[in-house]
Amino acid sequence: MKVTLDHLTKVFPSRNRKTGKDVIAVNDFCFEIPDGKLVGLLGPSGCGKSTALNLLCGLLKPTEGRILFGDEDVTSLPAENRGVGMVFQNYALYPHLTVRQNILFPLENLKGKDKLSKEEMERRALEAADLVQIRELMDRKPNELSGGQQQRVAIARALVKTPRLLLLDEPLSNLDARLRLQTREEIRRIQKETCVTTVFVTHDQEEAMSISDVIVVMKDGVLQQIGRPQEVYDQPVNLFVAKFLGTPPINVFRAKVKDGWLTIGQQPVLALEEGIEGDVMAAIRPEGFILDENGPLTCRLTEVEVMGRDITVVSNHPDCENVEIRSIISSDETVDLSSGSVQFALKSHKVFLFHPETGARIPFRVKA
Amino acid sequence: MSQQTEFERIEAAALRRKRVVRTVTYVMLTLWALVVLFPFYWMVLTSLKSYSSYNSEYIPQLYTLSPTLQNYEDAFTQVPLAGYFANTLIFTLITTALMLAVTVLAAFAFARLEFRGKNLVFTLFLALMMIPNELVVITNFVTITELDLRNTFAGLILPSVTSVFYIYLLRENFAQIPDELYYAAKVDGTSDLKYLLKVMIPICRPTIVTITILKVIECWNSYVWPRLITDEEAYYLVSNGIQTIRESGFGRENIPAMMAAVVVISVPLIILFLVFRKKIMAGVARGGVKG
Amino acid sequence: MEQQGKKAWLYLLPAILFLGVFLVYPLIDVFIYSFEEGFNFASQSYLGLGLYNYEYVLHDPYFLQAVKNTFILVLITVPLSTGIALLISVGLSSIEKLRELYQTIYFLPYVTNTLAVGLVFMILFKQTPYTDGLANLILSWFGAGPVDFIGGPYWAKMFVLCFYTIWIVLPFKILILTSALASVDQQYYNAARVDGTPRLRIFTRITLPLISPTLFYLIITGFIGAFKAYSDAVALFGTDLNAAGMNTIVGYVYDMLYGSSGGYPSFASAAAIILFTIVLTITCINLLVSRKHVHYS
Repeated sequence: MKVTLDHLTKVFPSRNRKTGKDVIAVNDFCFEIPDGKLVGLLGPSGCGKSTALNLLCGLLKPTEGRILFGDEDVTSLPAENRGVGMVFQNYALYPHLTVRQNILFPLENLKGKDKLSKEEMERRALEAADLVQIRELMDRKPNELSGGQQQRVAIARALVKTPRLLLLDEPLSNLDARLRLQTREEIRRIQKETCVTTVFVTHDQEEAMSISDVIVVMKDGVLQQIGRPQEVYDQPVNLFVAKFLGTPPINVFRAKVKDGWLTIGQQPVLALEEGIEGDVMAAIRPEGFILDENGPLTCRLTEVEVMGRDITVVSNHPDCENVEIRSIISSDETVDLSSGSVQFALKSHKVFLFHPETGARIPFRVKA
Repeated sequence: MSQQTEFERIEAAALRRKRVVRTVTYVMLTLWALVVLFPFYWMVLTSLKSYSSYNSEYIPQLYTLSPTLQNYEDAFTQVPLAGYFANTLIFTLITTALMLAVTVLAAFAFARLEFRGKNLVFTLFLALMMIPNELVVITNFVTITELDLRNTFAGLILPSVTSVFYIYLLRENFAQIPDELYYAAKVDGTSDLKYLLKVMIPICRPTIVTITILKVIECWNSYVWPRLITDEEAYYLVSNGIQTIRESGFGRENIPAMMAAVVVISVPLIILFLVFRKKIMAGVARGGVKG
Repeated sequence: MEQQGKKAWLYLLPAILFLGVFLVYPLIDVFIYSFEEGFNFASQSYLGLGLYNYEYVLHDPYFLQAVKNTFILVLITVPLSTGIALLISVGLSSIEKLRELYQTIYFLPYVTNTLAVGLVFMILFKQTPYTDGLANLILSWFGAGPVDFIGGPYWAKMFVLCFYTIWIVLPFKILILTSALASVDQQYYNAARVDGTPRLRIFTRITLPLISPTLFYLIITGFIGAFKAYSDAVALFGTDLNAAGMNTIVGYVYDMLYGSSGGYPSFASAAAIILFTIVLTITCINLLVSRKHVHYS
């Protein structure tokens, strides 16, 4: 089932009646979540992504706009009737019920024509438990489980009623680093097996990039960009998105376009086709640097980190916003630390230009 | 299209149900609030009615158009209400002060000092919490009688001083103060007593205020022990005074004057409550049981 | 270390003195009293040791009346007050407007003098030659009454006693339950809502189990408190509870100790010990039941 958000807005009235301004947690969202896909809602904390999730499941009512499940308008349908499955950040497993009772809980709520027999419920609970591989834990209480196991139970409970939409709120934030990697693969697998349209919220761009079919980048309640992870990485629409995605982060320089040349400091680094003039922000991905003795960009070299497969060259430049410039090059190359400086040439498709005030992307073409 | 109307139906039903539940909730809450408030209203109202107008109301009137303060005057002149008040004040102040001293010292010993058998003694103290007052009152009555302390403040106060629960509460609070503060004070040459007075008590002031207020409430309302130990009116506390007023004061039937006395007795605690509302409720929620 | 040990005992001394004289010694002494037959208060002498005191008390019609009254009071007020408190607390937790006001009002009876407000209840319910009282006025709207609730039939007196007791104990229970309800993690409710759980089922399957330890604590302390009922009865019916037929077990103990029928600490001790055997038994039963039904996290 595809989900459509149509001019969705959520405003929280200010707590402080006198001075405070209303908080616009979600501002005029318009996008479509394609059927059967895994969508990552990504943004720094406080950007409104959890609010968006709560609007989708019906725990919050939008101030304006509509939500459509397929063709049905569910905007004012209460959470109870939406038929979505949700995994909460702290899992919200009922502590007084066993794993089995927790998983059965949503099924026991079904009424009327949807009501299931005892055997059918049991069968579906086991099916869900098998899917997340926790069959042997069925008679334990939540406090006897590890964080990862609790996470699986929460997923099973969300899936058992075969929801139209599965929502996960920061599903990995309470797990340690090792489990995090494992669990995110697990979520990917479960989503593939069940083909349920899934939305998850995260502030960790790596997490979102690695498993999502589509990522939605948000900032301050405003949708920034939506697209396949690679697409968003390769074609960020603004400086925020460019900075938010990628580790190590993108390197941002205060630059100028003068006489058809992109100029950093006094050094002309790229020849551009006509049409751009004046101050710009030039952002260069770490993998966009090429070691080249005759390269146009000179940086002060501080350190070289050898990571096996590749090398990180750490340097700095007075016009760079980042404290240190991190560039990743193949380990076949060698860097001479003693010289104290390093020369780079640039891969033009890894260089983006942005408007210095608005941060909007400025498209350019390299002069051949 | 039919699906759309189905949704609207569900939504409308949910909204309706929510409104009904909300209304029922407020009606219920207001009803109980009235039940709680009504006796207070009635006592103030009655205390403002004159003796003759009250007695001529065969059907009770819910308001009065000619309020009078005569009853308050009577309450202070015809029965020794001021005396009851003074007694209760003395009893409450001394008992609370003694309780604080004893409690703070004991809590300090348990929380800060090391001595052999500390855990055993503390466990014994905790076990004492379970002893109901009704069991020990009998012997205490005999003890105080034998010591010839009946109808004295000493007899009233001494058995009412200690409260194991407060020692426990304060010890827990003291124990939360980091050890480093104590060691730092020791290095500076601070004595234990000075450390207790200058560091621990100020830090734990909220708890101390709480137990003080709870003890004041307990003292102000205490009835059973004062009744056993005093039979001279000169030593009556307000509870016993009220009982006496009810049985023999004002020529029995002067109910407006009785109500004036009741109002006078109730007002101090209600003011105390309204001022320290949050503290009192938090304190009681932490384990106070009506004494 | 040794020196600190001595100092520690010094700090503890006042507490130990007070507790020893007025709590530990009396506790032991009360058992001794209860076995001393024919104790004479004036000469502080007794005739022999035995179970006569218990036998006397258990055959005293006043004591049996007191036991009956106490049991009726306990059985009516404990479930009713806990139930009403739960209902009110749930209502309180579901609203936002006026919540603090309601909470403040509900707590008022806690800080009032039981004897003083009891007097107000008495005049509300009492029938005198001059007036039938307010309670009877309300009854008359429904075509019933008039009944003298203070000096009339047994059930009417018991009704007032129960009503007043509930009025007095509710503040504590509402306060405790409201804070228990507030401590339930909102996420459980959200999860239940997303799973389409009806309100009533959320209450019975999630809220109740999660606050069950508090609920049980209230029931146990409620039983203990109600068994010790005394001053509320005095407030309503006066000090001569035996004459009113409304005495409680604790009232019986005090009457034996003091007043016109007093001077028998041995009987009082025996009655007190019987009372606490009852309370202890009930508490143990409560604890056993709770182990099965209460979820302790």
